[in-house]
Amino acid sequence: MAIQRKSNMLIIDGNQAAAIAAKMSRVQVVAAYPITPQTPLTEQLSLFVEQGELKAEYVAVESEHSAMAVCTSASIVGARAFTATSSHGLAYMHEMLHWAAGARLPIVLACVNRAIGAPWNVLNDQQDSISQRDTGWIQIYCRNNQEIMDTIIQAYRIAEQVHVPVMVCYDGYILSHTEMPVDVPEQADVDRYLPPYKPHTSLDPADPKNYNLVTLANPRIGVDGKLCHGYMELRYLLQEALQNSRETILQAGREFNDIFGRDYEHMFWEDRNDDAEITIVAMGSLAMEAIVAADMLREEGIKVGVLGLRVFRPFPKSDVVQALRKSKLIVVFDKNISYGSEGATCSEIKSALYGTYINASVRNFIVGLGGRDIKARELVEATKKAIASLKETVINPDYPEWICQI
Amino acid sequence: MAQKSSLSNRPLEIRWHGRGGQGAITAAKIIAQAAYLKGYKGVTAAPSFGAERRGAPVSASTRISTEPVLVVSQVENPEIVVVLDHTLLKYPDVTHGLGKNGWLIVNSPLSPRELGLKGEFNIATADATKVCQDLELIVAGLVIVNTAILGALVRATKIVDLPTLEKIIRERFSRSTVDINLAAINKTYEITKTGK
Repeated sequence: MAIQRKSNMLIIDGNQAAAIAAKMSRVQVVAAYPITPQTPLTEQLSLFVEQGELKAEYVAVESEHSAMAVCTSASIVGARAFTATSSHGLAYMHEMLHWAAGARLPIVLACVNRAIGAPWNVLNDQQDSISQRDTGWIQIYCRNNQEIMDTIIQAYRIAEQVHVPVMVCYDGYILSHTEMPVDVPEQADVDRYLPPYKPHTSLDPADPKNYNLVTLANPRIGVDGKLCHGYMELRYLLQEALQNSRETILQAGREFNDIFGRDYEHMFWEDRNDDAEITIVAMGSLAMEAIVAADMLREEGIKVGVLGLRVFRPFPKSDVVQALRKSKLIVVFDKNISYGSEGATCSEIKSALYGTYINASVRNFIVGLGGRDIKARELVEATKKAIASLKETVINPDYPEWICQI
Repeated sequence: MAQKSSLSNRPLEIRWHGRGGQGAITAAKIIAQAAYLKGYKGVTAAPSFGAERRGAPVSASTRISTEPVLVVSQVENPEIVVVLDHTLLKYPDVTHGLGKNGWLIVNSPLSPRELGLKGEFNIATADATKVCQDLELIVAGLVIVNTAILGALVRATKIVDLPTLEKIIRERFSRSTVDINLAAINKTYEITKTGK
């Protein structure tokens, strides 16, 4: 039965969507570095705090490294913590990203995807968050501003259930500064969906504890006489948490649908993959533009579908294999590059396919770095080029092609 | 997820050209909001990406569609180009990609013919600057023409109607500035000249 919902549509940009979502998630501590490469997201949050709309401690720190240090400390004493950054800011946070994940703290970070220097560039690509791939954070990418709003709310549900921090990534400018309609949920519904944060361990002077002290390689007896995990066991548990988080992510998406009427029970988005012989893979807003490219190719009689990656960590290998089972050719567009190798999502796709019965050719294109515009018609041209290349060889090339002027 | 689109639903695209501080981006947003209120489910409004400076040429874009907008790349072939400062017409990228049946809307004291532009598009002109000067729609010494020019846009293209536009202006602007902005829109609507 369809539930009658009050719709509260606002035409807002991605940063406003993220700020409203953090507010509605009732974050208690916001720590952020306010200057470049920051976005207006945190300005909006500080305004909410200033106007009394959000009861949170807003800590304007001197660096992104400190921002994550504050979020870590806040989370460890039981507060729901939020921060946002981009580009060099995220790179500067790198050490503390490891710490937040290692300490198993359910912090949510909005990463507004922007390029990294040198040379200086403030525009969009996904090199910043891809460079943090191995820090132990869950990473979810958004295609539009509605997904930004909804994903931040879901991120707290996921993070607090699996005790792993979540990075919600969205394209700088293309989404962060572009206004579009967003259905803003009712606070009461968000409260129903997202209960208050209950920490698994909290530091309290009234009940002294050791937490994340020097932990050697092997398990050993703690002060309480119990056998404690060694470093490696703790690392295993983090990996296990990410491996097992798929169910929690899907459940969070399903229950979100129950309350808000928007279905997120997906590790990725699929468009017309059912009968597709060729699948375009993209992540972020490019996965929407790819749907337009698929339209254009289908008008020419080429059976194309789109796989829009949503959850990048944990990478949903089995689901991807299932989705690509009919594809003869997979064309992967990456807004990042692992120098000397290929685009990061292409590597994931290839890795997922290894040892399965799927014997598709994979072609990788690097696009959109440093804000380079990438249009649906260019995705079409690249896909046709990939189709033509099959006549020469079905073997996957070692290196990607770049859509640029060299 | 079944999120379909088809080429017949290609969004209508408007590109705005002005100078930093003139309010081109706000104008792009106002039209997006008005179109949404008119029932278009898909609207987007974006500034030109990157750093912007007061007085320097800036652009913005609005997309309007009956379906959610999936295109996020830069506008290439706009149906409508709105120019808030006619001195920008010397730059070829201002009218770039504007098609045969498109509309060029210019804040200028000249008539469409007097602009002497090459191109098969339709042209509408109105002296929005004079309208705003007469109304004293001036902020920090700068004549603010971004609402006035919407009158010319609506007159020429009928993309939205004046009552819808008025609703958005009443929502967005403080009570003290609503009347002057509405007067600027209405006056510019009246004096708009169209031609080729």
